[in-house]
Amino acid sequence: MAIKVYIPGPFRVATNNSSKIEGYGDDVGEVLKDVGRRYPGIKALIFDSKGEVADHVCVFINGRDINTLQNNGTKVTEGDEVSIVPAMSGGAVPFTEEQIRRYSRHIILPQVGGKGQRKLLGAKVLLIGAGGLGSPTALYLAAAGVGTLGIVDFDTVDISNLQRQILHHNHDVGRLKVTSAQESIADVNPDVQVIPHALALTSENALEIIRQYDIVVNGCDNFATRYLVNDACVFLNKPLVDGSIFLFEGQASVFMPGRGCYRCLYPAPPPPGMVPSCQEAGVLGVLPGIVGCVQAIETIKLILGIGEPLAGRLLLFDALSMDFRVMRLRKDPSCPVCGDNPTITELIDYEEFCGAPITVG
Amino acid sequence: MSVEVRVTSLLQKAIGGAKSVSAQGDTISALLDNLESSYPGFKSNVLADNGELHRFVNIYKNNEDIRYLGNLDTPVGSGDVISILPALAGGSTSCRP
Ligand SMILES: [Zn+2]
Repeated sequence: MAIKVYIPGPFRVATNNSSKIEGYGDDVGEVLKDVGRRYPGIKALIFDSKGEVADHVCVFINGRDINTLQNNGTKVTEGDEVSIVPAMSGGAVPFTEEQIRRYSRHIILPQVGGKGQRKLLGAKVLLIGAGGLGSPTALYLAAAGVGTLGIVDFDTVDISNLQRQILHHNHDVGRLKVTSAQESIADVNPDVQVIPHALALTSENALEIIRQYDIVVNGCDNFATRYLVNDACVFLNKPLVDGSIFLFEGQASVFMPGRGCYRCLYPAPPPPGMVPSCQEAGVLGVLPGIVGCVQAIETIKLILGIGEPLAGRLLLFDALSMDFRVMRLRKDPSCPVCGDNPTITELIDYEEFCGAPITVG
Repeated sequence: MSVEVRVTSLLQKAIGGAKSVSAQGDTISALLDNLESSYPGFKSNVLADNGELHRFVNIYKNNEDIRYLGNLDTPVGSGDVISILPALAGGSTSCRP
């Protein structure tokens, strides 16, 4: 028999904005299954992967919680009204009504769902650099609801940054980048806690900082920091989402613990001065947008545990030919940090390793 | 035999400004020699004084790193695409140690 089913505001994205729909069946379970069949978006919202009503949903019949009746087996008859209500119970971090609305496009994706959104909200990601790469990464991770974003950057905003560093605005010139980043992120999503680290990463502080996070995203410009972050991530078993840019070209890769590292790819940096910096040579402003977004996607995939990470692969992007290519990247058994017989087992002097002064960027 | 060699922007100057160039040879080594004869000085961008690949430069045959094939002796044939990729570091300038 046809039973009226009330759909809450945040879920109406899946019912063409209808607040009342009909479901057929003799008990609540049958009615909900029927609704799920006819509205696949609703199915993703109300059922978990096992086909049970998800933790973030309560079901009421004529105002009574079915948990206090016979659950899914509760009989329904003509004139009953079944209501679906976003639940705030169930042990996990509860969603607010606003969060369900904010993240509805994620929650209706079967690959994300309420469960995945909770993972995002619970994730702690460290961004190295709030510059060209860090800007799009930070904004998209914040918008996606990644709950904790640490940002390492000691610099202040310069007007020449605004050509590509979209975290910062005109009125931020002269201010600390981490402060400006914190404000921009709060404007995008107040759910996100930003932890500013207004300092330069060094061999003395890197382990202590990186230890507090689940994933590290590298958007830094120089080889010394690149090797420092790599080694620290290897020692702490943290996934590293790497990206770099130059002129019109970018590279990105994900280094998963035990599956190779940046040193497996490039065992040593070029001698100082051999590679000009972006500051010296220039960089297309949109370029870090592409590479930073690739890094943001990879970070979110790692948090959710979906898809194939960009691990064991090096993505090459050329803006001028608009060409993406992928090279195979292997773990080097002779790698000094992650190989079979590592010779570097603690952080070293990276300025010395890269040859001071560092002039790349 | 003629093989396509692609370079990134860092090396374009060394081959007359092009993104890719065709070179003659049946190994990576022979291709590099051939490029050196057309573009004197080219090889120093890729090889160290000891004749080995710089540790900050990778060469790929199609999508495989030649370190896991036969290094500079890796055979190449027509249809192969060789890519020479030096490390890039660009990003934010404000996080150096
Ligand atoms: Zn390694």
